[in-house]
Amino acid sequence: MVDLSSQLLQLLFSGLTLGSIYALIALALVTTFNITGVLNLAQGEFVALGALLAASLFAAGLPLPLVFILTVAGVAILGGLVERSAIYPARGASSMTLIIITIGLSISLRGLALLVWGTDPLLLPAFSSGGPILIGGAAINPQSLWIFGLTAVTLAMLFAFFELTYLGKAVRACEINRTAARLVGINPGAMSLLAFAGSGAIGAAAGIFIAPLTLATYDMGFMLGVKGFVAAVIGGMNNVGGAVLGGFILGVLEIYSAGLVSSGLKDAVALLVLLAVLLIRPEGLVGVIAGRKV
Amino acid sequence: MDKNIVFRAAAIIIFLVLPLLVKSNYLLGILIIIGLYTIIVIGLGILMGYAGQVSFGHAAFFGLGAYSVAVLSTAYRWPTFAALLAAVVVPGLLAALIGRPTLKLKELYLVLATLAFGILVHIFFNEAREITGGPSGLTGIPYLSLGGLVFDRDIKFYYLVWSTVLLISLGVNNLIHSRVGRALRAIRESEHAAETSGIDTASLKLQAFVFSAVLAGLAGGLYAYYVTFISPSPFGFHTSVLFVLMAVVGGLGTFWGPLLGTGLVVALGEILRWAVPLAIPGAGGEYQIIFFGVILVVIMIVKPEGLGSIIKFSKKSVEKGVR
Repeated sequence: MVDLSSQLLQLLFSGLTLGSIYALIALALVTTFNITGVLNLAQGEFVALGALLAASLFAAGLPLPLVFILTVAGVAILGGLVERSAIYPARGASSMTLIIITIGLSISLRGLALLVWGTDPLLLPAFSSGGPILIGGAAINPQSLWIFGLTAVTLAMLFAFFELTYLGKAVRACEINRTAARLVGINPGAMSLLAFAGSGAIGAAAGIFIAPLTLATYDMGFMLGVKGFVAAVIGGMNNVGGAVLGGFILGVLEIYSAGLVSSGLKDAVALLVLLAVLLIRPEGLVGVIAGRKV
Repeated sequence: MDKNIVFRAAAIIIFLVLPLLVKSNYLLGILIIIGLYTIIVIGLGILMGYAGQVSFGHAAFFGLGAYSVAVLSTAYRWPTFAALLAAVVVPGLLAALIGRPTLKLKELYLVLATLAFGILVHIFFNEAREITGGPSGLTGIPYLSLGGLVFDRDIKFYYLVWSTVLLISLGVNNLIHSRVGRALRAIRESEHAAETSGIDTASLKLQAFVFSAVLAGLAGGLYAYYVTFISPSPFGFHTSVLFVLMAVVGGLGTFWGPLLGTGLVVALGEILRWAVPLAIPGAGGEYQIIFFGVILVVIMIVKPEGLGSIIKFSKKSVEKGVR
């Protein structure tokens, strides 16, 4: 018999696992949004393509680390191609036009995934074998630990990129003020390309992390993308740290409501949270607490 | 201007004669669906073309209209007029609820809110089995009857739907050439300038959004009476995207745009339904959407004002209204 506290702890771990994925997606969304002004509704498709590509490469017999590198690079290139073919030609257009373009891209990429991989779910094995690990009475799936660790590494690398490298500083300058960044000689077109390639890479990584838990399907991206938005909105659309925190909050909230109330609620919770935040506090819940805007 | 009247008169004659020429029920059914979608796209066109906003949740308003009629006319035996009124009021009220806070902010918030709202409503249609019948839907919706006239055949429904389209088109055309229309256009050109000129932009955008939801609800109510059976599947996210595609293909802010866009997209959908399984054996309906996605991207890059702008004189008449 599992007692309540260990059950709550177990749900917390599941929530944080899911939250890591949302945090990564939200991070990519917010970064792209602040650099380019484009709300990329196709972000979830990068996650799905990452998961599918990784599952195929692994099935072809490649070792997991190589699968990881190839997939991340592949989807990053795709992200760059998408930016050059669809976003860059419309760079002067209204944000309504750009949003419609990303919706069209999302549908097209999902269709592409359907053409290539079909409707059957693909399997990517867990990164390490072995049964669940017991922590404080809660059984933790080792894959969850992988996800925590790899998310932490990804976030640390991004932090280092933004804080320590010249290119990262240019990206941040572009996020803070596009016009001023242009005046000091930063090319916004290159930054936009970088943002989409980076979004592809981060999305692909998130897809590889989650695939062992959920299987990889062509249509997994849409809801993941929407959840990423919810996380970003919770955090405030111009706050990278807030977006990451928003991801964890959403993941925990979703798992608790699914685990304690009803599993049918899982998707509805995120959407209700999004509507509630938009209607009550559209500048984001975290914005005030997290303080510093990147 | 004269050319315009001739063109419109010709269209009305075509509308009157067409069902007499069309012998197949399949084609008549498609014409009815085009009419119903046109009603929705007219509203969406005002929202997008004049108020500069986009909604990815209009299938939900369409569905709310349809379910209002389905539930009220079967379980509660409401007469047609009352049920149709509910089909208009329910989406209108919900649109006001979402639109009021989000439209005061920058444009992307309405997109996210309508997106979330659309998916939530679709979940509701599937999950609230006691009310909506869940995934299997609701059956036994009675025929639409107004003043003793029962619309029990497709041809009657055709005239009803297309008369509604005509009335709405003319009403909207008048609206666009009125003070409200000029104010809406001013918002599209520059929200700041419009505000400086004393236009209450948030309130007008809200009115445009609620109006578009009301039209979608009306189309949904009529749809429920037409098919007499409804399930959640036609009211999902993809339908919302299709409505946006129809509005964009036809061209925003033109008289003929909604009809043109809806006709083209519905026709293309039907053609793809035949052609895709021939090209890709074993392909289901999901593949259609790829083409729609690509078309949407290409049009938005190449011609964001839509194909309707090719018809020059209708655009000129709009410009005349500005002066």
